[in-house]
Order: sequence, then structure tokens, then C-alpha cells
Amino acid sequence: MRWDFASVLANSDALLVGLVGTLRLFAICLVLGLGLGLVVGLGRYARSRWFYLPATAFVEFFRNTPVLVQILWFYFALPILVPFEISPLAAASLGISLNSAAFSAEIFRGGIQSIERGQWDAARALGMRWGQAMRRIILPQAIKRMLPALTNRAIEIFKMSTLGSAVAYVELLQQGKLIASLNFNPIEAYTTVAVIFFVLLWPLLQFTYWMERRLKRDE
Amino acid sequence: MTILRVRGLIKRYGAVEVLHGIDLDVERGERIAILGASGSGKSTLLRCLNFMEMPSAGEVVLDGEVVGRRERDLIAVRQRVGMVFQQFNLFPHMTALGNVMEGLVTVRRQNKAEAQARAAKELARVGLADKAQTYPAHLSGGQKQRVAIARALAMDPELLLFDEPTSALDPELVGEVLNVIRSLADEGRTMLLVTHELGFAYHVATRVIFLADGLVHEQGTPDEVLKNPRKERTRAFLASHRQFSF
Ligand SMILES: Nc1ncnc2c1ncn2[C@@H]1O[C@H](COP(=O)(O)OP(=O)(O)O)[C@@H](O)[C@H]1O
Ligand SMILES: [Mg+2]
Repeated sequence: MRWDFASVLANSDALLVGLVGTLRLFAICLVLGLGLGLVVGLGRYARSRWFYLPATAFVEFFRNTPVLVQILWFYFALPILVPFEISPLAAASLGISLNSAAFSAEIFRGGIQSIERGQWDAARALGMRWGQAMRRIILPQAIKRMLPALTNRAIEIFKMSTLGSAVAYVELLQQGKLIASLNFNPIEAYTTVAVIFFVLLWPLLQFTYWMERRLKRDE
Repeated sequence: MTILRVRGLIKRYGAVEVLHGIDLDVERGERIAILGASGSGKSTLLRCLNFMEMPSAGEVVLDGEVVGRRERDLIAVRQRVGMVFQQFNLFPHMTALGNVMEGLVTVRRQNKAEAQARAAKELARVGLADKAQTYPAHLSGGQKQRVAIARALAMDPELLLFDEPTSALDPELVGEVLNVIRSLADEGRTMLLVTHELGFAYHVATRVIFLADGLVHEQGTPDEVLKNPRKERTRAFLASHRQFSF
């Protein structure tokens, strides 16, 4: 058979649009997912059951349901229950962010727990409030330790963005599908999409390896 | 003038009572050495005094005011009572100067320049002016503890609590830390010092308290407690801590 990448290349502007869509969804889910993950992780860390129980329920629920199901649910089911439209972007963002929040919450909780009690002691002995100690003393140290795991999460989020295609959100895979169906070149179209992802994510993964090595050296 | 008055201080962890009712009065300028076997409740007592641990019962009166149980009161107390830990507990992500500035900037809300000047002064006081930009990982144990002392001093504490400040140090580094503490004593600062350095306690303390099983077992001047202890347990404790010194 003959490979025909020219037909893909001819649609590079469509792929570019898809890439922008992928990056937009990624950015939204990264900020929402990790931000909410920090909040839920603090809840999981809290001693008070008013924080602990809801946070735990959240984590358990979203870790044990598929993201694709959530995206479809937000897109097709939620609009029946509430009086407003849900865009493909909103549905995909919700599904991926909530799932990422549940997973990153456990990273945050673990990272915060790994900081020695003496750090809390020293912060509180100076007269810091809980929030001050968390922000100034605990989190800066914890996040350094969590950075490899959080970067892995980011890579997962990036890959999960392809699930947006299930609700026809315009991102790389969705555009690949489109190109494949219009030009009858699924091999070239999907190969190109895979290569683009690889080229974008491989450096990020190398970065996590580098961070892991550096952390080991520091400790 | 009494700066700290403790009445009937009890601390329980679950069903286990660690402190059984401590009474203690600390006058301004007093230096109290607290001795006692491991597990006798020395750390717990100190931590109850700045409310790092919440007393289960009893009263702590600081400067004539009963300390309440609201978070705001506890934070106010901790700002007035400095604490130095056995394990230093420096903030590893901050330089020596950053460690000393931290309380001023975050808690006192001083501006950076002001806090920096004050922190530099405190570092110089403990002999570490040249280590201002050094991170804790690159400091010796003795230097770390001196930074920790500077960090406490920067907050202008009315009372200083030392919990075995030299116990985690290699023997050759103990002296530099004790010298700093002695210089604070010479300034007339009020301090409570948990220590196993009996010689230091003898020369620096104005009063010695021997804690056993969560109670003040014996107290008095260094001469009374360390040279002529009245109680059998005090004698046994001192003997066991003296057997290798000569
Ligand atoms: N957080 C805690 N929970 C339960 N028991 C504790 C806790 N902290 C201290 N204890 C117990 O209280 C007793 C006194 O401890 P501590 O004050 O650390 O003694 P010391 O400083 O004199 O060695 C010990 O038996 C210890 O096991
Ligand atoms: Mg102790």
C-alpha cells in the first residue's frame, strides 16, 4: 500500500484548529482539576469529618466512574435536569476536571502528609494560623515533592482531552476523525494525531524523570 | 513580677494522663531548668505552655491574663512565647535569613526591608551573620540550632522555651549552642530549659525543677536540687546522668 501523508498535510490548518482546541481543554482541566484537587485534598487531610467525609465521597465517586461516562452524562443527561445548555467544551471540562481533581486530591493529601510534624510545630510556634502555615511552610515543601506526580497527572489530562471527541468537541482527535472520513485516509490521519501527541508529551515525561532524579539527589 | 502562672495543669492523651496537675510560677528574669527521665512529660509541659498541645484541665496565666481557648488567644500567646526544638525544625526551603524573617513577615506583617534588617541583627547575635544566605541543608547542627534561636528571638518573646536544644547535636557542637543560650541568660531573659546538661543547668539556671511521672517531684535552687537533692528519685536520676562525668 501507499502512504499518503500529503492528504493529511493538506488539512494541516484543521489539525491546527484541533491543537488549539486540545490546548484550551487541557489548560482549563489542568487549572480546574489541580485547583479543585488541592481543595479536596485538604478536605481529605482535615481531621474534621465535615470536611473529610464529603471530600472522601467525592474522591471515591470520581475515581470509580469512567471519565467518558461522565462527559456523556454532563452533555446528554444534565441539560434535561437543569434549564441551561451544556456546550461540548463544558461537558468535557467538567468530566475531565472532576476526575483529575479526585486523583490529584490523593497526590496533594499524600504530599502534605509527608511533611514532618516538626514543620507544623515550628510554624505554629511562631504564631502562624493554620492557613498561613499551610501556604508558607507546608505546601511549598509538599509541592516540590509532588511535582513529578503532578506532572504525570498533567500528562494524563492532556491525553484525556481526546475524550472530548465523544461529544464532538473540536480537538486533535476529533479533527483527525474528520480528516480520515473526508479523505479516506484513516491510517495517515490517526498516525499523525498519535505522533503529534507523542511529540508534545515525550519531553514532559522526560521532565518528570529529571525531577524525580533531582529530588532523590536532594533528599 | 510573675510572667507565667500555671495552676493544676493536666494533660491527657485519650485515657492516658501524662501531666497530673502541675503548678508553676515563673518570675520575670528567671531561668528554670527542667530535668526528668525520658517520658516524664517535659516536652508535654513545655508544649502546653504555648498551647501547641491543648491542656486537658488547669489554668495558664500569662502576664496576669488567663489564656483563653479561642484560636485567636492561642496565636497571641505563641507570638509572645518563643520555642526552640530538639530537632531545630528549620524551614528547609528558606535561607537562614528567610527562616528568621518568616515570623516577622507572615505573622507580624512587617515589610520586607524592616524584617530583613531585624533578622540580620538576630543572626549576628548568634554569630551567623555570614550564613544569612545559606540554606539549612548546608549548615551544621550547631548552626541550625543557632538559626532556630535567632528565629525565636526575632519575635521579641517575653518567655523562651527550650526543649532539649542540644540533645540532637554531636558533642563538639553542643558548646556553641550553650554559649548562645548563656548569653541570653546574661541579658536577663526569662526562659524554661529542658536539658540533660546538668553542668550547664547548674551554672545558668536560677531554679531547677525535677519532673517525675507528670508531677513536679522536687524543685529549688541549683545547689539544692543538683548538689543536695532531698528526694530519693532525684538522687537516682542525677546519679544515672552523672556516672560518666568527672
Ligand atoms: N501526642 C501524643 N499522644 C499520645 N501520647 C503522647 C503524645 N505525646 C507524648 N505522649 C506520651 O506522654 C508521655 C510524656 O511524653 P513527653 O512529654 O514527650 O516526655 P519527655 O519530653 O519528658 O521525654 C510519654 O509517655 C509519651 O508517650
Ligand atoms: Mg521530650
